[in-house]
Amino acid sequence: MSDSGSCHGAAPQTVNRKAGHYVALVGPPNAGKSTLFNRLTGLRQKVANFPGVTVEHHVGRVKDSSGRDLFVVDLPGIYSMTPRSEDEQVTYDVLTGAKESLGLPDGIILILDSTNLQRHLVLAAPVLALGLPTLVVLNMADDLEARGGKVDASALAREIGAPVALISAASGAGVELVVQFLQGTGARPVVPQPRVELPVLPNLPARRRWAGRVGLQAGYTPPAPPEWTRRLDRIFLHPLLGPVVFLVVVLAVFQGIFTGAKPMMDGVESLIGWSGDQIGNLLPAGILRSLLVEGVWAGVGSVVIFLPQILLLFLFIGILEDSGYLARAAVIADRTMSRVGLQGKAFIPLLSAYACAVPAIMATRTIENKRDRLATVLIAPFMTCSARLPVYTLLIAAFVPNTPLLGHLLGLQAAVLLGLYLLGFAAAVGTALLLRSSVLRHAKTTFVMELPAYRRPSVRSLLLRLIDRAVIFLKRAGTVILLVTVVLWVLAHLPYKNGQAPAIEDSIAGQIGRAVEPAIQPLGFNWKIGIGLITSLAAREVIVGTLGTIYGIENAEQDSPPLIESLRKDLTPGGAFALMIFFAFAMQCFSTVAIVRRELGSWAWPAAQFAYMGLLAYVGALATNQIWLHFQ
Amino acid sequence: MIRPSECSIEGSRFKLGNARGKGSVDTGPLRSYPEEAMQLSFKNGAALTLAQLPTGSQAYLERLDLPEEMSQRLMELGFLPGTSVVAAGSAPGGDPRIFRVDGSEIALRRDTACRLYISAEPIPDLDQL
Repeated sequence: MSDSGSCHGAAPQTVNRKAGHYVALVGPPNAGKSTLFNRLTGLRQKVANFPGVTVEHHVGRVKDSSGRDLFVVDLPGIYSMTPRSEDEQVTYDVLTGAKESLGLPDGIILILDSTNLQRHLVLAAPVLALGLPTLVVLNMADDLEARGGKVDASALAREIGAPVALISAASGAGVELVVQFLQGTGARPVVPQPRVELPVLPNLPARRRWAGRVGLQAGYTPPAPPEWTRRLDRIFLHPLLGPVVFLVVVLAVFQGIFTGAKPMMDGVESLIGWSGDQIGNLLPAGILRSLLVEGVWAGVGSVVIFLPQILLLFLFIGILEDSGYLARAAVIADRTMSRVGLQGKAFIPLLSAYACAVPAIMATRTIENKRDRLATVLIAPFMTCSARLPVYTLLIAAFVPNTPLLGHLLGLQAAVLLGLYLLGFAAAVGTALLLRSSVLRHAKTTFVMELPAYRRPSVRSLLLRLIDRAVIFLKRAGTVILLVTVVLWVLAHLPYKNGQAPAIEDSIAGQIGRAVEPAIQPLGFNWKIGIGLITSLAAREVIVGTLGTIYGIENAEQDSPPLIESLRKDLTPGGAFALMIFFAFAMQCFSTVAIVRRELGSWAWPAAQFAYMGLLAYVGALATNQIWLHFQ
Repeated sequence: MIRPSECSIEGSRFKLGNARGKGSVDTGPLRSYPEEAMQLSFKNGAALTLAQLPTGSQAYLERLDLPEEMSQRLMELGFLPGTSVVAAGSAPGGDPRIFRVDGSEIALRRDTACRLYISAEPIPDLDQL
């Protein structure tokens, strides 16, 4: 690489750069990439997908010294410039300018873990060889110092011919050096660093030896081993204590989601009820009030209530992930998961799938083995996602008495909910076994996992992640769910006869519901549930909004009773349980279908998955209702 | 599935030649290793693998007998021939095991570890590998 300017300067003219000036943030997994990214961009970031592939990435905006926008793109972690997973391919493509919509980056921030510098420097050789202006960031300087290690940043800069910043992204120390670098790029043409002729390094062993030599020249003293991590691992991976802690953690997450979110959800619920009443009082009786209060407020509001619960789940998963415990959990889970044809790394996506299958399926990208990834994607939608929770909670509250089972430890309602979670889990395991003995018979699972040192999760990163999720959830409530609600309200009020809206069973929505009724009657569902099943193809929780709207319209004349009361009058216990079973199995989520299509690259997989899960749901619900009828 | 003959801990320590021979027959889809490498591992009659390294012990990695993709991944994580490896512990069930290599801790399943050959002595120069 003789002159970095030549290859850099050519790119902007030939490439349509939608992104403007941008700097790519790259580094090995666990080097603290996201922490630095959050430091640099704060709330000025958004989640985006690379065109063509759904590798989720974050783009943040900062101002350069001349006040122009500069984008920072957080790329998936890489160990080398030899891409093997889809994730790594994206990083490779961006760095080599193969992503035409982006063009070559104006600069690279290469972030390495200073506590394991020599191994991480292996990545520096091929990245520096790209010839782009690069800042090498040595992260976790505080950790390095605390454990008695040291490195001379300027000596390292001389060795590799690129600026080096020793920082701590977690505490913010030294981050201003990164900001200075960012402000330099894009504002002025590339100032070539004093060139150091990097040796040609043909293979990994050669690169590792180079990294060792460079580290030595830079006076690198590796830190003492992370004593705290070792102490904690003696507990968390202990033959007896380890599994106990594992179970306690998993149970605590669930317990926290249900009991911890309750007061917040009650708060949101009364806020929505109150604001609905206020709007109702402001508006004159008529179509507009009906649409807003019975349609939009009852529909969208009944979904928004679940925001606290979803955020709490993401908070727990975030803490487990950022602290490093999730990697240990994967190691503990691997042995059990290998028995059903999965591997330990699938534990992380599957646990996330309890929040939502969409990010879970995206998280499967960390599984390099294609076979393992496919199996995980196919079973993830069986995990009880948070969108099922509104449906379960509603039906349980309406049909299951809260009699204590084990003293005050477990109520019947909680037990039923736990049962539904176990049912989804059992369906996932059964499906994994089925896959292992059929389509995935010949491929083998593998497991390789790096165990990072334990770290205190940063409040900042956690908060940013929660804000991310809240925005995504509210966007969905404000778009898909709002749209479905409004369309439903309109269909429930047409056709007008003599200037009067029809009774709901005679409306278009009612007619559609009654058209599907014969097919679902054996399951114990009436036409109102039928409408809900159709609308909830968009997303599971929509059925709650739909039922809220339907009963809201039906009872518009009277003081409308809570949804629970209406359901109790309208559905048999057999039908209610059948409905829970149906939602445990069915793939009622368009976002999941779409993400599976994009992640696996064909419609065949999501189509087969949708049909399989739908069949299981129908048969399961049918059996439930028939058994109830039989023993009634 | 791993057959006991391919990668067992118990017993295999004393009849390694045998176990290795069977392993090479069973690999099937895996790349077969070059002749020189075979010689190397048979030289002292003690072709130990990482799977046999007792917890707390240290050894030097000699070579990786795995499909290209897997051995590349492991080398990126630090499992380069000549590197010192310490068996640090394991998951509660004994599998996967955790190894300290090049400054980090990596968990590997036994069926992977038993394809990483080790030597008690430092390996002089492995530039060719």
